[in-house]
Amino acid sequence: MLTSFSLSSLEMPSHLQSLREEVRDFLQTQLAAGSYAREPSGWDRYDAAFSRKVAERGWIGMTWPRRYGGHERTSLERYVVTEELLAAGAPVRAHWLADRQFGPLLLAVGSEAQKRDYLPKIAAGECYVCVGMSEPDSGSDLASIRTRADPVKDGWRINGRKVWTSYAHKAHIMNLFARTAVFDPKDRHTGVTQFIVPLDSSGISIRPIINLAGDHDFNEVVFDDVFVPVGNVIGAVGQGWQQVSGELAHERAGSERWLNAYGVLVHLLQNVGTAPERHSAQTIGRLVSHLWTLHRMSFSLAGLLNQGITPQVEAALVKDLGNQFDQDIPEGARAVLQEEDRAGLASNDRFNAMLDRALLYAPSYPIRGGTREILRGIIARGLGLR
Amino acid sequence: MSQTRDLLVASATRIFSDLCTRATLEAADEGAWPEGLWSALDSTGIAAASRSEPRGGAGAEMTDLCALARAAGYWALPVPLVETWLAEQMLAAAHLPPVTGPVTVGPVMRRDAVQLTRDPAGWTLRGVLHRVPWARHATALVLVADSPEGARTLVLKDMPAVTEGWNLAREPRDSLRFEGCRIPDECVGAAGAGMGRPELYFRGALFRSQQMAGAMERVLELTVAYAKERVQFGRPIGKFQAVQQQIAALASQVAASSAAAEAAAEANSDVLARFEIAAAKARIGEAVATVAEVGHQVHAAMGFTHEHSLHRSTRRLWGWRDEFGTEADWQAWVGAVAASVGGEQLWTYVVASRKPDVGPPLP
Ligand SMILES: Cc1cc2nc3c(=O)[nH]c(=O)nc-3n(C[C@H](O)[C@H](O)[C@H](O)COP(=O)(O)OP(=O)(O)OC[C@H]3O[C@@H](n4cnc5c(N)ncnc54)[C@H](O)[C@@H]3O)c2cc1C
Repeated sequence: MLTSFSLSSLEMPSHLQSLREEVRDFLQTQLAAGSYAREPSGWDRYDAAFSRKVAERGWIGMTWPRRYGGHERTSLERYVVTEELLAAGAPVRAHWLADRQFGPLLLAVGSEAQKRDYLPKIAAGECYVCVGMSEPDSGSDLASIRTRADPVKDGWRINGRKVWTSYAHKAHIMNLFARTAVFDPKDRHTGVTQFIVPLDSSGISIRPIINLAGDHDFNEVVFDDVFVPVGNVIGAVGQGWQQVSGELAHERAGSERWLNAYGVLVHLLQNVGTAPERHSAQTIGRLVSHLWTLHRMSFSLAGLLNQGITPQVEAALVKDLGNQFDQDIPEGARAVLQEEDRAGLASNDRFNAMLDRALLYAPSYPIRGGTREILRGIIARGLGLR
Repeated sequence: MSQTRDLLVASATRIFSDLCTRATLEAADEGAWPEGLWSALDSTGIAAASRSEPRGGAGAEMTDLCALARAAGYWALPVPLVETWLAEQMLAAAHLPPVTGPVTVGPVMRRDAVQLTRDPAGWTLRGVLHRVPWARHATALVLVADSPEGARTLVLKDMPAVTEGWNLAREPRDSLRFEGCRIPDECVGAAGAGMGRPELYFRGALFRSQQMAGAMERVLELTVAYAKERVQFGRPIGKFQAVQQQIAALASQVAASSAAAEAAAEANSDVLARFEIAAAKARIGEAVATVAEVGHQVHAAMGFTHEHSLHRSTRRLWGWRDEFGTEADWQAWVGAVAASVGGEQLWTYVVASRKPDVGPPLP
């Protein structure tokens, strides 16, 4: 399995480099125009205006068919564009899930009407999606969810409660996981269905859950007799679990899994000067050697996705290493620039704010999108141990 | 990359797996020279794989050699194969004729240097070399020496007596002392014509990284197999989640190391890509700790025996991570590069497939 990280069969088309340059020019222009700056929250910022600018460049829905507003480019091209945006800390969070997961899901299993209704809007940077999987009593054990959808005339009636739903307060629709058949302990992976739920449907209430950093990112979303029409079922009734498995490789393989704390490294380097003492150089060099390796691994995964291969195990493995990297950066940075050094930084220096943010968010990375333990379970299964 | 490589790797792997038997490895541990193995490598052209076609070899590319080095690491090949390739690369760079192996190289330590001086009677060599790989079994030694006109490559065909030493895997690492040793004219290259000491050091690090990546794959394989077969509390230990989680962590480190090794190999296909060599040796060297620790923990007492073959891979990993620069050395080198590149440019630098060469000469 580990030879999947071999790029030997992967051609490195030269136009990828010019595409990189194109994205960098765009970012440079936007930066100069003041439409964004590198902030402590990095790419994890909701900015509809910026998303529309990215869409204008054709960088949302890049791999989708033109008839749905896409641009029919390769996964490798998408990979290059997304990682340039992420590394620059551009505020691309608004369209992220829609572009990364929801669009590909509709293309794989959605109805023609759903594709026509949603994909062009998403590709235009105007329709944002949140994901409603987790519930108070169901986190890692997604199959145990209780939010129910019952068949009614012309549609479904939804009741239940989702938690930790990131940006439900800003998104337009939710990709909802709901139970459509009684839980069967002998066949855990059936009876769950995915729905498109417009968040302005009546009966939905969204309440903030403030996180430990004091930020409003995730929410509690309560469904009280919420009606959705028949056409809002994604794929097949009862097949939600199978459908989500493919989606997860997309979710886990990308560079957003190891580019959350990157701004700290950038600002750390700006503060250590061109000739840091040996111990600092060592700490920084360790992080950079990991960065270089992770980049290689993610790029290889993009190559596999491009060939239509869904590298579940490899994606889990890169996410696990990437989550660790996002935790290692702030740990390394605080060892290099210590309390005393940090106190002496100029008040307009962004390093302290970057570091604080990265330290406070560090625990979240190996939790969201599949915990470390769940990922390692997937890897162990890939090795034939379970 | 190529079909040639696939063929070369396939035939080499056959030789490695057929001839790197338990008996061969045990005898090598006791100090025996595996003549059968070496002559197979010699007769199939694998020993001369780094020689260009005009020089009478297969002309394997760097990526091919690296793939072979990974296979050699996987099989714990107890011979100086990569050293012999390195020696040929040094000779070719200095326009000196090829020599038949096994050959080894020096200096391999940053603080070691040997001096070459000339008087009317010819060239004289002085100095001390430490931990020269496999010197006692080598038919020749290819060295970079300092001369008043600059660095020169030379071949020493009359091997002097060595002071024997070993690394943790009981691979010979010998010291040599030259006190006015005469070198014939035809064995000395022109000043400045060949590889410098720093380049030899980087190339050594590149090959050791490949060998380590291969040895790690072996540890992973052994560990997974053992976890499936060893039964405790009525089930294979691999069914215990605590064990699974550990092995998954091991697998991640092995995957990262393979990726780093391949990336470094590709980057070095036609130029010396020093950043990639440094980053790979740093990343892979760091991974050794987890790989060996988990491998041994899963094998428990059985893996701590001389009888079990796990230590043939783990002892090599512990030895190789210290050779041609530890992970700490290379991390510091990479950190120095990052600092000179600067925060804003770091990303562009790291993802570029061809990087400006900005690091210090040695870690
Ligand atoms: C910042 C953030 C944003 C999020 N955004 C969203 C979102 O937008 N939409 C959404 O649906 N969810 C979201 N989540 C929720 C996330 O998917 C869950 O937190 C995650 O799946 C884990 O569930 P849990 O928190 O209930 O932990 P639990 O599943 O209760 O796990 C608790 C601990 O037990 C361990 N554990 C559980 N089961 C096992 C097992 N079988 N073997 C070994 N160990 C186990 C876990 O690894 C963990 O360490 C978000 C979470 C965070 C932190």
